[in-house]
Amino acid sequence: MRLVAIGALLVPALLLAQPAKDSCVECHSVMDGPIQKPALLIKNDIHTANGLSCADCHGGDRTSDDPSVAMSKAKGFVGKPKRAAIPQLCANCHGSADFMRRYQPRQRIDQFELYKTSVHGKRLAAGDENVATCIDCHSVHDIRGVKDALSPVHPLRLPETCGRCHSDAHKMAKYGIPTDQLEHYRTSVHWAALKKGDLSAPTCASCHGNHGAKPPEVESVAAVCGSCHVLFAQLYEKSVHQPIFSAASGGGGCIVCHSNHGIQDPTTAMLVGPKAVCANCHEPGTPGAKTAAQMAQWLDGLDAALKRSSAVLTEADEDGMEVSEAQVRLGDGNENLIKARLAMHTFQPEEMHKPIEAGMAIANETLRAGQTALHEKDVRRLGLAISGFFIAITVVAIWLAIRRLEANGSGYIEPVK
Amino acid sequence: MLASIASFLYPVLKFLNPPLITEAAVNEVVAGKVQDLKPNSGKIIKFGNKPALLVRVSDTEWKAFSAVCTHLNCTVQYRDSTEQIWCACHNGTYDLNGKVVSGPPPNPLTEYAVNVRGDEVIISRRA
Amino acid sequence: MTAKAIQWLDDRLGLSAIRELMDHKTVPVHSATRWYYFGGITLFLFGIQMVTGILLLFYYRPTVAEGFDSVRFIMTRVEFGWLIRSIHSWSANLLIFVAFVHMFSVVLTHAYRPPRELTWASGIVLLGLMLGFGFSGYLLPWNQISYFATKVGTDVAAGTPGIGPSIARILRGGEDVGAPTLTRFFALHVMVLPLITVGLIAFHILLVQKNGMSTPPWIAASRVRHLKFFPNFLLREVMVWYGALAVLGVLAAIFPWELGEKADPFASAPKGIRPEWYFLAQFYTLKLIPSHVWIFEGELLGVAGFGVLAVGWALLPVWGVNRAGEARTRLVTGVAIVLIAYLAAFTLLGYIK
Repeated sequence: MRLVAIGALLVPALLLAQPAKDSCVECHSVMDGPIQKPALLIKNDIHTANGLSCADCHGGDRTSDDPSVAMSKAKGFVGKPKRAAIPQLCANCHGSADFMRRYQPRQRIDQFELYKTSVHGKRLAAGDENVATCIDCHSVHDIRGVKDALSPVHPLRLPETCGRCHSDAHKMAKYGIPTDQLEHYRTSVHWAALKKGDLSAPTCASCHGNHGAKPPEVESVAAVCGSCHVLFAQLYEKSVHQPIFSAASGGGGCIVCHSNHGIQDPTTAMLVGPKAVCANCHEPGTPGAKTAAQMAQWLDGLDAALKRSSAVLTEADEDGMEVSEAQVRLGDGNENLIKARLAMHTFQPEEMHKPIEAGMAIANETLRAGQTALHEKDVRRLGLAISGFFIAITVVAIWLAIRRLEANGSGYIEPVK
Repeated sequence: MLASIASFLYPVLKFLNPPLITEAAVNEVVAGKVQDLKPNSGKIIKFGNKPALLVRVSDTEWKAFSAVCTHLNCTVQYRDSTEQIWCACHNGTYDLNGKVVSGPPPNPLTEYAVNVRGDEVIISRRA
Repeated sequence: MTAKAIQWLDDRLGLSAIRELMDHKTVPVHSATRWYYFGGITLFLFGIQMVTGILLLFYYRPTVAEGFDSVRFIMTRVEFGWLIRSIHSWSANLLIFVAFVHMFSVVLTHAYRPPRELTWASGIVLLGLMLGFGFSGYLLPWNQISYFATKVGTDVAAGTPGIGPSIARILRGGEDVGAPTLTRFFALHVMVLPLITVGLIAFHILLVQKNGMSTPPWIAASRVRHLKFFPNFLLREVMVWYGALAVLGVLAAIFPWELGEKADPFASAPKGIRPEWYFLAQFYTLKLIPSHVWIFEGELLGVAGFGVLAVGWALLPVWGVNRAGEARTRLVTGVAIVLIAYLAAFTLLGYIK
């Protein structure tokens, strides 16, 4: 009885210890042409690493060396799955909580459900096989974990992955959607932040969703941006612009001013000047344009004042004066500038003026501190002058002493004649 | 003559007089008295030429961080209601290990070491 | 009362001998007398270096982590720290310049002739020590420029035939300039070099006392008026010292010595890296020598050449004097002028290029 129990425990253990036979890989890896490729790619696949094999998707019997058995319908061989069937195929496992729990218990299982709501999913259901399915983004046969830096859906690679189709004018022609998103995105602050290593910076999927990918609707733009830019969204939602922008065509909310894919570092050039976005609606000379100009002037003024203070403090610091107190204070000044830029999104000059005023006060205060320090440096020269004065007096005194001492020729010893 | 010598000696004597800040690099600062900070509260102190945030998590547990938000260098603050560190500028939040919980900050806050010596709280840069 | 105290001291110390020495020490007065001041100025500046150096020691910390910050601390936080450090740096440069002037004045007035060979030799060694002070002290603030200048400097030392690599290793305390180098240079700068220098200065001055002041060969020593050293000459010397001090003060206050950036061993060498001006002539010469001269490596040849030159220069009392013990004035003056012209020209070229 006991022996049987031990044997029952040992058998699966032995089976696990030996690498499972995989005739698919064995045969296909020595073949030529496209039919070889999957067998070579599969070693990098996360599914392989978790003990799954070709047969788990393609069906068939991987233990048989006889092709007619291994790839027989009787063994459930399906060959290359139809494109339209791929999402369901993946979902067979990825949609099953029980199954996924064995491998990735924390992974979501609603990808297919989301996919069905996406533009991709809806079109696929309607028979359009050109749209993206699972394998177009995640790759196939060498599917990697999404956190793997080589995965095509890793944040640093995702824009290019989406762009493979969406930047292709030929592919997009029949959908009538633009193809310049990737080009614009590459110029944006978001991509810049991502490239610097901030993986929390948004890629395509952060705003459009991944499995449920679709363009955010007008009402949800502010919500999408606001998921990171919380305070801006809150102020904007209460602002006079919110209802107006929401009615705008071609997407509303934040993108009316900031655009969507090519979001640039915002400057006061957005408020005033030839590239001002405000001027798109507010004609020059109107109260709105004047307010925008006023806001720009405040922001630029505070920015310049803070930079000036910073320069004076740096100069004083490098000259060896103690200005650390003022330098800490200057940090508060910069904070007020940031807050003023935030408050701009109320579009209420009086809201914005509070941090501007506070910032200006700090800029002036730190400027004075820096100037005082620089002035103190000049005191050094005064000290030098005093000491130089004493030195001069002493030199003169010594000279006079020598004159008096040697008045009668004393001190000199004439050569012996 | 004497005056000139005095003008040489004066700087020398002044030089020997220990300066107010006695450390070359600010690696340590006295942040205040233990009783000045209630549990579940924080305060901003000056650490060199940058602000630092001292948090009294509980009666005996203290934490200190660089108070400079890693997003745009605003000064962060402690929020007792959420027991998190919060930046008022763009709503960035950090947990009490300095890690980013939400919002735009790209990097965690630098943590400092806190030591309580008698009734004085001392913050120091970690080696 | 005062007389009694002096008598008491005299009984124990033999003050009268000192007074006698003071009474009898005289300085010849002639057209070249003004050059006698330069030895005194050098001595005075060395005194300034000792005082300011000791003051800096109160705050300086010879570690990679704190070296730069402690110098910045001296410059920013310590009262008059900027002044003390600037004077130390300026005075160091002035000292080397004045020492060179002193040396060439000795050569051009042919004061190296017997019996002053040892005075000459000790002076040459002292000049070498001063350059050593300059080289070791330059690294101590641990800033970017000094770090790389030291790297280049020790590389040149490593180029010495045979023993070079060992010398460089010993100087650096390892394969590269780093934390051990700083500690070593610090030890050299504040302990080893000062001890040797003070001893040698005492020897140098003792010899001057013993042999008296030299008169140039073209002036008949017996026909020259003399001036009592004490107090007449000393008062004049003090006047010059005060002047030097004023110059130092002006330089320090108006052109405070820079601190630069903290050394970063992993940064690429900053552009235009070059040594202190007193090494520029050698630096530029080494740069000009082609990498291969006949079968020798260019740099090796340069370093060897400087070695030969230095030894030859130290042996000036041997080849610059004929059998009768008289200076070969034309030869030596000629060589000296060529040397001055070379140093001036190459220092200038090294500075411009």
